Parts: sequence; C-alpha cells; structure tokens
Amino acid sequence: MSDMFPLIVEGALTRRRGKVLVGPVDLRLEAGGVTIVIGPNGAGKTSLLRMLHGIARLNAGRIEWACGQERAREKQAFVFQTPVMLRRSVRDNLAYPLRLGGVTRREARAQADAMAEKVGLGDALGRPATVLSGGERQKLALGRALIRSPQVLFLDEPCASLDGRAMREVEEILKTAVQDGVRLIMSTHNMGQARRLASEVLFLLGGKIHERGSTVEFFDAPKTAQARAFLNGDIVE
Amino acid sequence: MSDLWDGLSQAWILLWTLDADLVEITARSLQVTLTALAIASAIALPLGAFLAVRRFRMRRLTIAVLNALMGLPPVVVGLVVYVLLSRAGPFGVLGLLFTPTAMIIAQVIIIVPLIASIAHQALRELWSDYHDLLISLNTSHVQRMSALLWDGRRALLTASLAGFGRAIGEVGAIMIVGGNIDHHTRVLTTAIALETGKGDFALALALGFILIGLAIAVNLAIHWLTRTEQEGRW
Ligand SMILES: Nc1ncnc2c1ncn2[C@@H]1O[C@H](COP(=O)(O)OP(=O)(O)OP(=O)(O)O)[C@@H](O)[C@H]1O
Ligand SMILES: [Mg+2]
Repeated sequence: MSDMFPLIVEGALTRRRGKVLVGPVDLRLEAGGVTIVIGPNGAGKTSLLRMLHGIARLNAGRIEWACGQERAREKQAFVFQTPVMLRRSVRDNLAYPLRLGGVTRREARAQADAMAEKVGLGDALGRPATVLSGGERQKLALGRALIRSPQVLFLDEPCASLDGRAMREVEEILKTAVQDGVRLIMSTHNMGQARRLASEVLFLLGGKIHERGSTVEFFDAPKTAQARAFLNGDIVE
Repeated sequence: MSDLWDGLSQAWILLWTLDADLVEITARSLQVTLTALAIASAIALPLGAFLAVRRFRMRRLTIAVLNALMGLPPVVVGLVVYVLLSRAGPFGVLGLLFTPTAMIIAQVIIIVPLIASIAHQALRELWSDYHDLLISLNTSHVQRMSALLWDGRRALLTASLAGFGRAIGEVGAIMIVGGNIDHHTRVLTTAIALETGKGDFALALALGFILIGLAIAVNLAIHWLTRTEQEGRW
C-alpha cells in the first residue's frame, strides 16, 4: 500500500497575475479510492489538480504528502486536459518516462508496446504522435502516465474527446489501476462517469471546494442549493 | 558585352573541366565554413535550448544582446579578431593571423548569434508546448534541454543551414583575418573579389556560379526540411 497518504492541504492557494485561480483549499485525502472533482467551467478544477500535483506555484498555505515532497513527486503522474504530444512516435512517447528513469532502450520499447496494446494504440506504435486524433491523444497520454506505475494519478477530463466505447475502455483501465492500488484524483464533466468511478466527490465553485461528500451522498442528496442546481443542469450562481 | 560572353563561356569551361584552382578554392571554402558551422552549432544550439528552458535574471538582457549581435557588421568582427590575433594582441603568440583557423574563428563569431537566435525562437515555442509534461515528469534541466534539442532537430537544422548560408557568403571579415593568401587562405568570396578586381571575369564568374549553387542548395534544403517537418516525417 502507498505510504504517500494522508495528503494534507491547508489554506493552499494559487494566484496568477493577482487573480486567485483556486483556494484557499483545506483538504485531507486518505489512501485508496477515487476522488472526482466536478464543477462548472472555470470553477478551478484544472487549477486544483495542478496545485495538488505541484506544478502550479503555491502562493499560500501548504500541501504535504506523508512521504515527503521529493519522494511524492516521483510517484505521481498527470494526464492533462489538452494532452502534450512529444514530437516523436507513439512508441517513443510511451517509452519516454521510462527512459528518463534510466530504463534501457530495449526494455522501454517492450513496455511501451505492451502499454500501447493496453490502451488500444497497438497499431499506431510507429505513427508520429502529432498526427493522432483527439481521442487517440488522450489514450496515449493515459498510457504514458501509467507506464511508470504511479501511486497517484491525476486526470484532467481524460475522456473529454472519447467516444462511448473508448470511454468504457478507459474506465476499465482506470478501474484496474484502482484495484492495483493507484489513487485517482480526476476531474470530469460527465456525471455518469463520476457516478461510475467516484468514491467521493469534490464540488468546486469559484475556486473553492463548495461541497464534499461520498458519491452516494453527493448525487442522491446534495447538501447545497448550488450543487443541486449544477446536477440539474441549471446555471450555478 | 563581349567581355561578359567571353567570361561566361570560359567560366563554363572551368567548371566543366574541374579546374584545379577552382576545386582547391571551393574545397577550402567548404572546409573553413563547415568547421565554423560545426563549432558554432555546438555552441549556439545548446545556448538556444538553455535560453528557452531556464528562467534566470539576465535572460532578457542576454536575448537582447544576442539579437543585437546578429546585426553585427562582419567587417567589424574581422577587425576585432584581427586586433586580438595580431602579433601585439593578447593572442598574438598563437600565430593564428592569416591562417584558416583565424577565418574559422571570425565565422564562428558571426554566425553563433544568428543560429542561437533562430534556435531559441523555435525551441521557445516547443518548450511552451512541452512545459507542463516535462515539469510533471520531474525532469532535470539537462533532460529538458535534450528533449527540446532532439525533438526540435528539424528546426535546428534549418537554423544551422541559415548559419551556413551566412558564413559561406561572407567576405569582409575573412578577407581581413585570412589575408586572401593564394593556396592558403583564399576562399570563394575573397577569390571573387580579387579576380574581379584583376579583371579575370572567367574565374570570378565560375566561382560565383559555385557560390550561387551552394546558396540555392541550402535554400532548397531548408524548404524541404520545413515541408517534411510539417508532415512529421522524421
Ligand atoms: N494562466 C492563467 N492566467 C490567468 N487566469 C487563469 C490561468 N489559468 C486559469 N485561469 C483562470 O482561472 C479560472 C479557473 O480555471 P481552471 O482551468 O482551473 O477551470 P476549470 O474548472 O478546469 O474549467 P474547465 O471546466 O473549463 O476546464 C478560470 O477563470 C481561468 O480563466
Ligand atoms: Mg479544466
């Protein structure tokens, strides 16, 4: 089991050019399970994930992993809302994180090929990543994030451009990862997906955690009027 | 008018028969410029990557200086290198003045800012694309720079070719530091200047054709590279 948790967040806040993107956030995350972050556009979901992952500057507060900052970074991976494609083949994209860690070229290739198969890119291995479709890019980004066997996986709307079938496939991959002990922290606009995957929900509004609850609690009996409105598809003030 | 026709036809004969002088001068030109290009690229490309990846206090100033140096008149570079290498200068003991090495030094100084500047432009764009991923993967600065240099290789080759074009056609600086000595430091451009002055249009024109050919080849190469770059073929 992971020694990274609990993750303790106190008063954490990021600002960009004077504007608060997200925060102050107080949060305690335990090991295991899937935390789903939802909220309207611009609520700060992306900003929150980036802040927790440590790639957005922390302007106030603290974010502390049980195992310490340095070790925590090596055990996390992030799938961006707009996947970053290295100007290389699909295979070399998948192998890149391994190569960084000093894995031999042969071994990295072998693992990349296996991962491509897993995420459904088996016949695209030799293609330049830059010619992939939006959905294929998301699959590639997911495979690249999983290849170093992270203990924590951040996913920023990983299924945004996937068709129904690909989405189910990705959800299966994510469920398997969870069974293997990977902790997921993921944002989505798809409430069905949130219900299927989440063990708890963070509802974000205006850069703050407006409501937090277990999946059943949140979807069946949201506590705040804003969460109710959001789930009904109404405009949230 | 007949001078011109005579010159042209004799120039073709020189080219056709691979005239010994012509070949020698062309070979020296290529040797000097390709050496300068290799050295300049080894300096300028990592510099461009460094400027793209690192945020340091003097960064903006460094970039501004680099861009300013791009506009440096080559003759002035020649003058400065001459002063530094001349017997009374700080590097006089090396005895490099009027050698191909001196010409290489001058060309390196002329094209490093050009190559670094173009490389920086291209890599900065790539970096803004890669930034999030490479930070997230916890890469070291060296790893970031190598990722940019490798994945930006096509753009960087274009930058180097631009440097080659500038260096091979340069005349002022290498005339000053090389001295245009026959069988020693005479290259395409300085030979053209000399032969034209002497009124020997045939050799000058033949040399000119070679220079033009090289320039066209470089431009075609850049064009082809840009096209394959867009298609992501290598
Ligand atoms: N680099 C930035 N500079 C200035 N403002 C920013 C920056 N990044 C994000 N913002 C702003 O911060 C707010 C939160 O953005 P964020 O991307 O976290 O929202 P989100 O919840 O992920 O939205 P979406 O559902 O559209 O992805 C938005 O109002 C956005 O305009
Ligand atoms: Mg977002």
